[in-house]
Amino acid sequence: MKSEKYVYINDRPVLWEDETNILALAKKAHITIPTFCYHSELSVYGACRMCLVEVEGRGLVTSCSTAPFEGMRVKTHTNQILKLRKIIIELLLANHERECTQCDRSADCKLREISYQLGVNELRFRKTRERKELDTDSPSLVRDPNKCVLCGDCVRFCDEVQGIGAIDFVNRGEDVFVSPAYGKSLANVDCVNCGQCAAVCPTGAITIKNETHKVWADIANPDKVVVAQIAPAVRVALAEMFNLPPNQQNTGKMVAAMRLIGFDKVFDTAFSADLTVIEEANEFLNRKLKGGKLPIFTSCCPAWVKFAEQSHPKLLDHLSTCRSPQQMFGSLAKVQLPEMLGVPKEKLSLVSIMPCTAKKFEAGRPEFAPGGVRDVDHVLTTQELGRMIKEAGINFADLEPDSFDLPMGFATGAGVIFGNSGGVSEAVVRYAAGKLNLDVPETVDLMPTYLDKGFKSAEIDTPVGKLRFAVVHGLKRAHELALKIEKGEEYYDVIEVMACPGGCIGGAGQPIASSVQHRATRAETINNTDKMMSIHRSQDNPYMKELYETFLKEPNSDKAHELLHTHYHSRKRIEDEEIQFFDASDESRCKVKVCVGTSCFLRGAQEILGHTLKTVADNGWNRYFEVAATFCTENCDKGPTITIGDQVVHKATIADVDRILGEEAKKREA
Amino acid sequence: MSNDNTAARSFTKVLEILEEHDFDEHRIVSILQAVQAEYRYLPQEVLTFVATSLKVSPARLYGVATFYSHFSLEPKGKHIIKMCDGTACHVRGSKAVIDAVREKLGLSETKITTNDLMFTFETVACLGACGLAPVMVIDEEVHGMMTPEEAIKLIDAIMESENA
Repeated sequence: MKSEKYVYINDRPVLWEDETNILALAKKAHITIPTFCYHSELSVYGACRMCLVEVEGRGLVTSCSTAPFEGMRVKTHTNQILKLRKIIIELLLANHERECTQCDRSADCKLREISYQLGVNELRFRKTRERKELDTDSPSLVRDPNKCVLCGDCVRFCDEVQGIGAIDFVNRGEDVFVSPAYGKSLANVDCVNCGQCAAVCPTGAITIKNETHKVWADIANPDKVVVAQIAPAVRVALAEMFNLPPNQQNTGKMVAAMRLIGFDKVFDTAFSADLTVIEEANEFLNRKLKGGKLPIFTSCCPAWVKFAEQSHPKLLDHLSTCRSPQQMFGSLAKVQLPEMLGVPKEKLSLVSIMPCTAKKFEAGRPEFAPGGVRDVDHVLTTQELGRMIKEAGINFADLEPDSFDLPMGFATGAGVIFGNSGGVSEAVVRYAAGKLNLDVPETVDLMPTYLDKGFKSAEIDTPVGKLRFAVVHGLKRAHELALKIEKGEEYYDVIEVMACPGGCIGGAGQPIASSVQHRATRAETINNTDKMMSIHRSQDNPYMKELYETFLKEPNSDKAHELLHTHYHSRKRIEDEEIQFFDASDESRCKVKVCVGTSCFLRGAQEILGHTLKTVADNGWNRYFEVAATFCTENCDKGPTITIGDQVVHKATIADVDRILGEEAKKREA
Repeated sequence: MSNDNTAARSFTKVLEILEEHDFDEHRIVSILQAVQAEYRYLPQEVLTFVATSLKVSPARLYGVATFYSHFSLEPKGKHIIKMCDGTACHVRGSKAVIDAVREKLGLSETKITTNDLMFTFETVACLGACGLAPVMVIDEEVHGMMTPEEAIKLIDAIMESENA
């Protein structure tokens, strides 16, 4: 028989099963204890002190970091506790920029909410901190340190879940604030724009870069035809902004609301997701059959792509060359829609509605702006679309559903499940099953929903051999898996990576709701949407067939490569200065730059640099050369890289250095 | 030319420091101390290099470097002048000395190092020499019963020897 242990919360017995802290037990006793710094998916920090409770025999303890014991007696709202919580809020509010009416997080600010709940109605403390500059350079996010309550949720998410650590605490005591390294902007450091820092922020200290004004301007412009694409995950979360429960009709209401706002055409990113499936599955099968680079990593997630570019240069040729569904839609729309709608290309404004903040960064990548004109003009998040609907005064709940426009609004279930982590793999399997005549149902559920574990894998036997799939979400897990792949310790054929918890449904552009349960509901709604659709495989989408017959010819054709594929380049993690070893005064000297970025460093750049400096010094060549260590020449896959004058030497060796320095010195001696 | 060699030597020294500490991120503070001893401050580009070598994020290393007031991210002067402004020194007139030195060197509360990197002037809370208040320390040498006039004289003497 199971042992029965009890803890007494406010004198009522509560069964203690596997809860690790008082906070979770209190929830069972129908008590929500206020917190800022507690997130069930992050490490316990215990900094905000909001969750104080009284434990008999121990006095006041933080309920997030205190483990239960049998017979423990806890009080959650004594007079003393309520008074202390109020004081904590007062102290936080003293330095918090309280311009709530102008704040993007006004509607879902935890500080405002808890302050109201506790009835804080006077502030006895004055502001002690000087106002800090806002960081507005990132295409995805805005940081306002003046609203930060130093709970550290953003710092821990970036470090513990994404494995990046783009932001951290700076200074000590009264002067502490959260910042990227050296006080730089998020735009110039290793931030991948996933935006989860904004999603976990309890206040408005990190928010989504709002672009709604640009879209309103295009809609108001009579010369512009404004066309929208909507990502799969948006439709299962938008209704949360209007406090509506999940419902299949919400997709139709969303389309109706967008028409009311003034979008001329409303299309579906799931359409181009179908296209992604066909292109990517063929790319994969070709690699499998012809002995190309495997595993193939998916490339739909722009946060993962940037992460791979800055941290895994060796794996870049493993990434699928397929553009993400957003960008496939963008290039295809800018080529086909002018004729289809009878509108000149420059008058077409393409807006995508995404669950994601990194999509804003992706749309701005120069390779997706042929001739300087962006394929996707503006990217709005689910939150921003919700705000536009509210701004226009549209009563979302009362709308009659409407349908997407054809042809680019017609998608299959395979395109829709892209919103869930594991969806891309599943869609690829559905396609491959058809192509390889596998005896599996149309909707194979290879890997049942797992959500909180973050990793799953599956194998299927096919005539071309065993196909092994792995699915991860969270970049730290992806990083760990990538390292094993690099070392040859693990083998898979296809690895799907999504940065956000649960995939796009848990994207930072979605309405604020960070609980696992909330995401599970969204995931289920996506799966149900797929089940209710009549077509489940991308290859059965009649408009895909038409698109290939009339325009693209065949998957991975030259035309497809031009419009639907891309290339990757290694990328600096941080904008930084060079380490100059010589006064850069003498223009006639030959400039020698040794890359000491991570990748080159690991490949022995350090010895090359030491050798270069020694060679120059030993030969008395200071008048000929000036040496600098530079932080990434963005050629990581070919490192170590050394630049001597005009010559760029990849995979440099000490012998190369000796030879070229000798030649250059001879030239100068002459 | 001598500058060239110094910078190269310093960087080689950073490599040695990292090796001596086995590239161990847990020894981050002593690594930073050694690096600062070499450069007299923590240059940003060197910090990024150290972070990369230790496999920690530059933001984390920057956090450590800014946590301890011992570490400086700004270049420090060749001569470091510290003026005590603790209780005892304060009541005995340290403020007047501080004002005089700042005026003499063109410095302020926020700008503490001269443009020619010759002097850094800092105030400290207590040097534990209250009997000599007000106390000034120039390059580790303690000067008690300081007055504005005496402080200027000492600085003038350093300037003269530097120009000689």
